[in-house]
Amino acid sequence: MAEAKEPNPEFTRKVIEAGGKTVNLCFQCGTCTGSCPSGRQTAFRVRKVVRRAQLGFEDDVLPSDDLWLCTTCFTCYERCPRGVEIVDIIMALRNMAVRKGYMAEQHRNVAKLISESGHLVSLRDQDKQLRKKLGLQETPPTVFSHREALEQMKKIAAACGFDKLVASGGK
Amino acid sequence: MSKYAFFLGCIMPLRYPGIESSTREVFKELGVELVDMQGASCCPAPGVMRSFDQTYWMAVAARNLAIAEKMGMDVLTICNGCFDTLFEVAHKLNHDPELRKRINKILRDSAGMEYNGTVKVRHFVELLYRDVGLDAIKSKVKGGKNLRAAVHYGCHFLKPSNIKKIDDAERPHVFDDIVEAAGMTSVNYKDKGMCCGAGGGVRARTPDVALKMTKENLTNMTAAGVDVIVDCCPFCHLQYDVGQAQLKEFKIPVLHLSQLLGLAFGLDRDKLGLEVHQVKVNL
Repeated sequence: MAEAKEPNPEFTRKVIEAGGKTVNLCFQCGTCTGSCPSGRQTAFRVRKVVRRAQLGFEDDVLPSDDLWLCTTCFTCYERCPRGVEIVDIIMALRNMAVRKGYMAEQHRNVAKLISESGHLVSLRDQDKQLRKKLGLQETPPTVFSHREALEQMKKIAAACGFDKLVASGGK
Repeated sequence: MSKYAFFLGCIMPLRYPGIESSTREVFKELGVELVDMQGASCCPAPGVMRSFDQTYWMAVAARNLAIAEKMGMDVLTICNGCFDTLFEVAHKLNHDPELRKRINKILRDSAGMEYNGTVKVRHFVELLYRDVGLDAIKSKVKGGKNLRAAVHYGCHFLKPSNIKKIDDAERPHVFDDIVEAAGMTSVNYKDKGMCCGAGGGVRARTPDVALKMTKENLTNMTAAGVDVIVDCCPFCHLQYDVGQAQLKEFKIPVLHLSQLLGLAFGLDRDKLGLEVHQVKVNL
């Protein structure tokens, strides 16, 4: 006979505190999985992610690649008959996963871009030329045009510990 | 004339600046003034950035909201991602004084700024429908072709609907109505309303999975026989445009609603920036 895992309510409590306050309302009907566009293409089952969060199976849920297959489309969130705020649960779990060092290199690179420039997309010479041709300000009037704005962004990152998170990848 | 703080975000000004010039021209035509938000940053993106650290996500969004608040204007965005972040964070901060206090402490110490909870965040499709109105749009249409359009709402324009309260998330009509007011036919297709595949950090981390979702949508659109995909989000726009170049088996031109309205209004085609699209726009 297979041994059943012990639930860990302490982890569930952390999920609730991190924003997944509706996690215990789930009764595992699977409407979420049936609605999930990502689950159509992969083995990702959002119902299972919620169940693992409910039971506090930290070691199953935090390192899992499944956690990162949600596009945050909110279809499950809209259709859930129990009002479980599923995207908020996934966000809480992802924030915890990142702090444990489970941050993909590709995601770290995206996070580095915002840390260094204030934007998630780079400004290349060809972009400036095209903007000029369209009659737009060559450099957008955003952080790219304001040095003090970039300083402010860096200070916000430091105040939240986001700079260290990006530098270390949570490790 | 109504005035809005125009939030640019990242993908529009840097990868599809034609969407920016189209938006500026179309709103000028409709009598809405767009004012630049000096020093604004990434919103930051609601899928990928919120996944890493929600406090940082809220603090950066609050800085953007504080810029608009100082201008004394509500924010206008043309991107579902920017809309979701700025709307959700404004919603949280406008209704939760304790949270606002915590985020403002970061904002004051880091940027000498403060957000007092007074800004409304508007999505341009919703503004066009509710404030500008279909009749005003119709009155600006100058001939043009009647195209069969696959309208793609994307996810974060209407959802989560319990706080956005714009339209029915399952059976919406506002975006279709605008496309029809512009003289096009909005065509129904299988699983209309499904995600483009790019969001939530999926495109960055597992682009193959994102592309499978995109392919399913493109297959459904093709089966319905459409001339054009119309989106209201530069990230969906990029996913459909670049995605088709990667998949190679589809050739449906992709237009952001601002570009479609630019065409319908007979605006200078050189201002629409269509030449950077991967899928050639011969419309």
